[in-house]
Amino acid sequence: MPDWGFIASYAPMYVQAAGLTARIAFWGICFALLLGAVCSFIQYAHIPGLRQITALYIELSRNTPLLVQLFFLYFGLPKLGIRISAEGCAILGLTFLGGSYMAEAFRSGLEAVEKSQREAAQSLGFSPAQSLCYIVFPQALAVSIPALCANVIFLIKETSVVSAIALADLMYVAKDLIGLYYKTDEALGMLVAAYLILLLPISVLAAFLERRLRHAGFGN
Amino acid sequence: MQALGINVLFEGSNFLRLLGGLWVTVRISLLSVALSLPLGVAFGLFMMVPHPLAKAISRLYLDFIRIMPQLVLLFLVYFGVTRAFGLNLSAWASAVLVFTLWGTAEMGDLVRGALISIPKHQYESAEALGMSPLQTFWYVILPQTLRHLLPPAINLTTRIIKTTSLVVLIGIVEVLKVGQQVIDANRFAYPTAALWVYGTVFLLYFLVCWPISLAAKRLERNWKGA
Repeated sequence: MPDWGFIASYAPMYVQAAGLTARIAFWGICFALLLGAVCSFIQYAHIPGLRQITALYIELSRNTPLLVQLFFLYFGLPKLGIRISAEGCAILGLTFLGGSYMAEAFRSGLEAVEKSQREAAQSLGFSPAQSLCYIVFPQALAVSIPALCANVIFLIKETSVVSAIALADLMYVAKDLIGLYYKTDEALGMLVAAYLILLLPISVLAAFLERRLRHAGFGN
Repeated sequence: MQALGINVLFEGSNFLRLLGGLWVTVRISLLSVALSLPLGVAFGLFMMVPHPLAKAISRLYLDFIRIMPQLVLLFLVYFGVTRAFGLNLSAWASAVLVFTLWGTAEMGDLVRGALISIPKHQYESAEALGMSPLQTFWYVILPQTLRHLLPPAINLTTRIIKTTSLVVLIGIVEVLKVGQQVIDANRFAYPTAALWVYGTVFLLYFLVCWPISLAAKRLERNWKGA
């Protein structure tokens, strides 16, 4: 039998930790979306110089684990005199990791928009910026939504490693309680429940969005 | 005069020790991948079984594995299973078990996706040509499925390698832990060791995963038309 008294008395700790997890994930995902959009536009517009840098960044970020990125940011950079708080490191790390995934999602969306769309916009007298904003981007977004949603869930899951740089997120609290009281079953049960409560609604919403947007593409 | 930080890598056998740590990570990943591939194919075929119970089981398994962070799964197996079943699983065995469970789920979904992407007329044409079901599968379906399957399966390998970095958090001495030891041992001689050691670990992971990603990308491009 689980110890309900224990669960009741330590649930508030989990709520607080879930708040931290959610906060890091929220800001990390916002900045990652921004970075990803910028990177995908640079690649889409073939801006010389910047394009190569973006490609390098994407390869670096996609082929290294977040934990290693965090260790470098949190323990390595202070040796260069750059000190960032643990939470700042977590958000920065998540942005660095997520930016490339978001860029790939946006890129596949932009590539899915047919060239004739841009040509039609041009022949109607749209400027390149207008054609991007009003014609290409909305269609591209509809195509990239499933990949973007998958990335959001992926990034929320990835926040679980920030406990390694001493941030009191859900993993940290669970590990702490196991170490302090040996209530392994209860601590792990609450951990699983907390992640389910965080992630299930988002995954249901993602499935719903994907279903709705399947018909949003032009001409199919 | 303080020593240059980068020299910490060449002090004694530090660099070799880091490589040894990396090998621990890679070995766990390779073992998990080797186990996940056949199990994933089996799971993918199981997902195609039209029975509702089989569907429910595979759905539940896939969704649970997908929605839980891998670190939570590691904790569940390393701390939870050990207690619940009185099994004394080593950290190593837990890690391989978790990454195999995860790899099987992901691989199974890839196999299922590849199988349902084969249009029905392929089966029908094969049948019209007088092929037995086994022949159809071997000569018609399998070659096409493999082309759909191989690039994402290779990508899954890099994902497993990257995720294996988490095993340091259940106490396995791998490349990050070795890095910490090197930094701690040289704290006074090389105060900036952390920058160089973690930078090296970062690059090592990149050097392992990048060629594999490139291979996947190249295969995907070459087989696009097929």
